[in-house]
Amino acid sequence: MSEMTVDTPRGGAGTRALVAAGIGRRYRAERRFRLFGLVAIVSALVFMVLLFVSIVGKGYTAFLQTEIRLPIHYDVQTIDPQGLRDPVEMRRANYGKLYRDALHEMFPDVESRGDRRMLNGLVSSGATFEIRDHVFADPALIGKKGEVWVPASDDVDMLVKGNVDRNSPEHERRMTDKEIAWIDALAAQDRIETRFNWRFFTQGDSREPELAGIWGAVSGSFLTMLVTLVLSFPLGVATAVYLEEFAPKNRWTDIIEVNINNLAAIPSIVFGLLGLAVFLQFFGLPRSAPVVGGLVLTLMTLPTIIIASRVSLQSVPPSIREAALGLGASKMQMVTNDVLPLAMPGILTGTIIGMGRALGETAPLLMIGMVAFIVDVPHGFSDPATVLPVQIYIWADSAERAFVERTSAAIIVLLTFLILMNAAAVYLRSKFERRW
Amino acid sequence: METVTVRDAMQTTLDNRLAEGDATPMPAKIQARQTNVHYGDKHALKDVTLDVREGEVTSFIGPSGCGKSTFLRCLNRMNDTIDGCRVSGTVQLDGEDIYDPKIDVVQLRARVGMVFQKPNPFPKSIYDNVAYGPRIHGLAANKDELDEIVLTSLEKAGLLAEVKDRMESPGTGLSGGQQQRLCIARAIAVNPEVILMDEPCSALDPIATAKIEELIDELRENYTIVIVTHSMQQAARVSQRTAFFHLGELIEVGDTEQIFTNPKHKLTQGYITGRFG
Repeated sequence: MSEMTVDTPRGGAGTRALVAAGIGRRYRAERRFRLFGLVAIVSALVFMVLLFVSIVGKGYTAFLQTEIRLPIHYDVQTIDPQGLRDPVEMRRANYGKLYRDALHEMFPDVESRGDRRMLNGLVSSGATFEIRDHVFADPALIGKKGEVWVPASDDVDMLVKGNVDRNSPEHERRMTDKEIAWIDALAAQDRIETRFNWRFFTQGDSREPELAGIWGAVSGSFLTMLVTLVLSFPLGVATAVYLEEFAPKNRWTDIIEVNINNLAAIPSIVFGLLGLAVFLQFFGLPRSAPVVGGLVLTLMTLPTIIIASRVSLQSVPPSIREAALGLGASKMQMVTNDVLPLAMPGILTGTIIGMGRALGETAPLLMIGMVAFIVDVPHGFSDPATVLPVQIYIWADSAERAFVERTSAAIIVLLTFLILMNAAAVYLRSKFERRW
Repeated sequence: METVTVRDAMQTTLDNRLAEGDATPMPAKIQARQTNVHYGDKHALKDVTLDVREGEVTSFIGPSGCGKSTFLRCLNRMNDTIDGCRVSGTVQLDGEDIYDPKIDVVQLRARVGMVFQKPNPFPKSIYDNVAYGPRIHGLAANKDELDEIVLTSLEKAGLLAEVKDRMESPGTGLSGGQQQRLCIARAIAVNPEVILMDEPCSALDPIATAKIEELIDELRENYTIVIVTHSMQQAARVSQRTAFFHLGELIEVGDTEQIFTNPKHKLTQGYITGRFG
């Protein structure tokens, strides 16, 4: 043995020297590799933080809305001159006159028609409907006086939130000096306040930013997602179970498999065009409706769910299948009793990820008309509706300065839903995961 | 190798019977006649003709890849689940061909239970593992009957004393040997006529192995047992009859004692003396 170490230069001390020479390089390579990973993660985190800070920083002000407190006189002459208390007649009454009278009373020296109009413009046109709703909620108010908070117009809102530069020349800003003076006067009387913007969470879309809300889009998204889930989950799981457990392995199933994988890679706008051609043109389903949106998104989500479910089914150990079959379970019993429960966490995760993608999808819905301007909150699957990402797109496209913060706020709402869904996926995974 | 034929094997069987001087040997529970198995292009089992007698333990021995497990899986048609697997020839259970299209494979597997190489309890409670078979076959009319079946099966598998306080804890939490006995209890719960065991002790330590072997000896009273094993000592200890397979062919079958003391075929001799395998 000793002779061998002498004769072979690589043996014994020689080998150790070679290893020692290379060891520094190996450790350096490892440190470099770890550093790359660290840099990648840190830069990803930095971008994420930047995104969140930017969106939340721009968007949080949309959760507040400037309101003006006005002393309203619920004048019988205006609301119900005949005193019949007939709801149809009362609904037609000129409630706008009530707040205009209140403003006029507060600023009696504003005389000219143009100035009066400018003064009335401080209050949002939505105030008319809110005052009407107060009267209908409590008819005893008629004839009495009361202090009412009404929404200010979007320009006032922007001024109060500091988005209008008071020092810039008058012709460069949307508020004239007169308007600013009136607002300052109101503020001096404690009649201006930024309050929680409940309209944003309860109303549908509007051309007036101060009245525009996300609720219509949230409802539309919910209805659309419901259709997508109800259709794509059973279809996807059934397809995966059949292909994985029952279908013979031959050329046909290979072709089907390749096509499912191809479908997963098709750009979503193509699914939108397909939906337009098939569901709207051929089947004549209603335009802009959640049912059609759900159908289109089902087409888009199905491949994701099928692929995730198949992977999940494949990962169930064969010994479990053998155990079930060896005891005389039928194939169906084996699948429902043993294989599906074990595959379920993976299937659910895949489904939720697919649904998350569908929730954030815009392009295919543009093609089937869900981009229309829809004020009413949808109550059914065939009502015209829009969805959250499309609402973001519409607002981002609007000219008014006040829509900037609302766009960011809508993004916050959408991201919240997505984070909740992903959290649900993680939770379901850990809850149903069984070890063997 | 072509010298070893079906006729030889049958001749051996005949010789054994004559040697035993037994006019009425145990009746054959399973009769395989010229059974062939192909996996795709591979001819895995060649013309096997073999009887498994009722109330006895029959062991299959042979080197890896000799077809003994393949043959075992023919006996309850577990090979059906493998793609590209074809079985020809006949396998009869009580005189009925189990590959007859009229035979229902679910019913067959209720009659011919199986225990696998690696313990494979379901990720369910101990109780649910044993109750699995009775439930899917609808053997118990009510909860009391099911309890009865589960307790008896665990008792027969010699596991009851160890688990009776934790019937609801997961079956996967037991030790390897306990898991394998749980799998045996699970197989017994369906009340099969034949139990097939595919190397049931290969993943177990010697103490757990001894327990399983003891159990096999007790179960022989009520069930016909076929066991595949890599351990010749195990075959010698637990079985009454032994079949030796080599390269997909049945080389020799006979009483265990005869096979181990006086093998007829030189391949058998070579294998049991440890010259190959």
